Amino acid sequence: MLLLFLVTIVPGSADGATPTEIPVYYLMQAQDDYYAAVRGYAGLQLKQPRRPLDGVKSGLREARVLGRSANIKFKLEVIVGEDRDDIAARIPLDATGDSIVFIVADLPKEDLLYLSKQYIDKPVLIFNARHRDNDLRGPACARNLFHTLPSYSMLYDALAQYLKKKRWNKVLVLTGKEPQDLKLSEAFKGSAKKLGLKIVDSKSFAVSNNPQDRSENNIPILTSGPDHDVVFIADSFGEFSRYLPYQTARPNLVVGSEGLVAAAWHWTWERHGAPQLNQRFDKVAEKPHMSPQQWAGWAAVKALVTATVKTGSTDFKAVSGFLRSAELTLDLYKGAPGNFRSWNNQLRQPILLHTHNAVLQRAPIDGFIHRTNNLDSLGQDAPESKCEL
Amino acid sequence: MIFRVFFAIFLVAVAINCSARSTGKIIVSNEKSSTLTILDSDGVVLNTIDTCARPRGMHFNADRTQFFVGCADDSIIAIYDVKTLELVGRILNVEEPETFDLHPNGIHLYVSNEEDATATLFDIESGELLGEFETGEEPEGVQITANGKLVFVASEAADLVHVIDVEAQQVVADIPVDVRPRRFALTPGDKELWVSAELAGIVNIIDVETLEMIGDIPFLPTGFRKEQVTPVDIVMTRDGSRAYVALGRANHVAVVDVKSRKVLNYLLVGNRPWGLALTHDESRLFVANGLSDDISIIDLDSQRVLKSIPVGQVPYGILIDDY
Repeated sequence: MLLLFLVTIVPGSADGATPTEIPVYYLMQAQDDYYAAVRGYAGLQLKQPRRPLDGVKSGLREARVLGRSANIKFKLEVIVGEDRDDIAARIPLDATGDSIVFIVADLPKEDLLYLSKQYIDKPVLIFNARHRDNDLRGPACARNLFHTLPSYSMLYDALAQYLKKKRWNKVLVLTGKEPQDLKLSEAFKGSAKKLGLKIVDSKSFAVSNNPQDRSENNIPILTSGPDHDVVFIADSFGEFSRYLPYQTARPNLVVGSEGLVAAAWHWTWERHGAPQLNQRFDKVAEKPHMSPQQWAGWAAVKALVTATVKTGSTDFKAVSGFLRSAELTLDLYKGAPGNFRSWNNQLRQPILLHTHNAVLQRAPIDGFIHRTNNLDSLGQDAPESKCEL
Repeated sequence: MIFRVFFAIFLVAVAINCSARSTGKIIVSNEKSSTLTILDSDGVVLNTIDTCARPRGMHFNADRTQFFVGCADDSIIAIYDVKTLELVGRILNVEEPETFDLHPNGIHLYVSNEEDATATLFDIESGELLGEFETGEEPEGVQITANGKLVFVASEAADLVHVIDVEAQQVVADIPVDVRPRRFALTPGDKELWVSAELAGIVNIIDVETLEMIGDIPFLPTGFRKEQVTPVDIVMTRDGSRAYVALGRANHVAVVDVKSRKVLNYLLVGNRPWGLALTHDESRLFVANGLSDDISIIDLDSQRVLKSIPVGQVPYGILIDDY
């Protein structure tokens, strides 16, 4: 089965030399609760996360002809390990010398950080296409860890720019009980402060029908109180938030985990060549409709392929140096060239603001500018970065 | 009454037949509304006709009596009669055609197949598929040299320009260029190949003899940042003195002195201009503004935009039948 996923061999360049083969390791665990949890009821799976793997495959498929021009062949190696040490043991680092080793990690956060530490002095670059946590781009950052998925603060800066532009300044914040929900609302509050939005009230909600909990489970009660323009809901499971629109006490719009959502990608995005990318993805993927994580997997491959082909080298120093440089210009299908922020290895990129079936805006929103690159109006900027690489 | 209508049609038909061979019509393909807008030379909309799905690239046949329209979502190339605007033929099973160019022999059409990572060669008379060439993802611009020896195909996603040798019928080189190469222009005598690199905001210049990159032209209209400048279409005057480049998100067309490779002027047009077409006397430039659903008409002597005319949704390409 795995063989099907390997990049097909293309003939070498005109001189007929055997192409240099570069493996791209995709790391995952046999048991991963993040994917195992069924997030739904009665057969409805609302926000079932999807592995970045199909995005990686789509990116590698695209790399075939580019590889032909440089006489390089990229090869996907999927490693499914029992635990992090098992995974680490299966990457043949001793055999590769100074040649660069690329990893796309689809691992729980603690395992990702563990592997990053293990490899800090090795010629290894790790791409995170799964986690949006701000701390990975802040205090927990690492020199060998690159993020193609945007952070929560990038996403909510984009959303806050949109609200500000609309002059929907007063926001009611509702937060669920999951640890992830708190991260979402904390990040949004940070963005609201940065953009000058007013949080009129902040409440927690509960998924329950218990009449005694109605201050937490009754939508009209939750959404009455101080006057506001929009409701921000932090609900990583999506079970509560899907009932929020149209049931609020006042005719207010919903943003955050429902209604208007900020994301790296949406399958209905139709500008900047996106239909072509989406259709290529659909051809390769198990299920159509590329998710943000799958887009980030694709973007990781795009970055590593571009850096390798442009430098014409497999030397760790050369390739990683180019990858970190401002010379890297990636076409992310979002209309602005992408490269990595030097202060935290985060991929610069526009953010899409979408409903369930349309992308309404692309941030940075017109009028939000930055002294060097408007994309840096989204997320942690150099002066406030707590990342030390 | 009916008689009068018929009589009027008869008169119009006579008038067209008696006029010079060209109709003076301007044809615009509208990618999203799947229509063609027909305008007269002053930009007055004469007619809008439904066509196949997602029409984009267009090209005249050799004697300019017919034109081709590539329809990506129907995977066909439709053939229309220039005078009657009637559909006279179809080339079928052309995988998602984007743009194409006609070989000087008048028979061979080289097509970029956007979703398929190929360029294909069709016989326009029989509709037969004669050849297929592997390209990078999203092949777009196609340009055949005037001597008919080479075909260039730009691969948007792979940042490559593929060179097809017509006689050998194979790809003989993949030239790395800057990010997201889109369209081409050739200087007279097939000396220099100009390639717009959309996301790099520049035009790359390739020496056709050596196939080496020999220069760049950066664009930056006042008040814009580099990342907002996304050049796509390029047209050049027949004497090779001037080039015009549509700058996409920067909403301007650049006027370039070809010899010195210097930008002489930036002209403000509509929203996200892509497609360009020069009138045969090279006095006017028509610009398709994809995101404001209109075209701009530029008077090139005065370097002024004369007017903009609403057309269909997401106008892509322009043909002018004026000679």
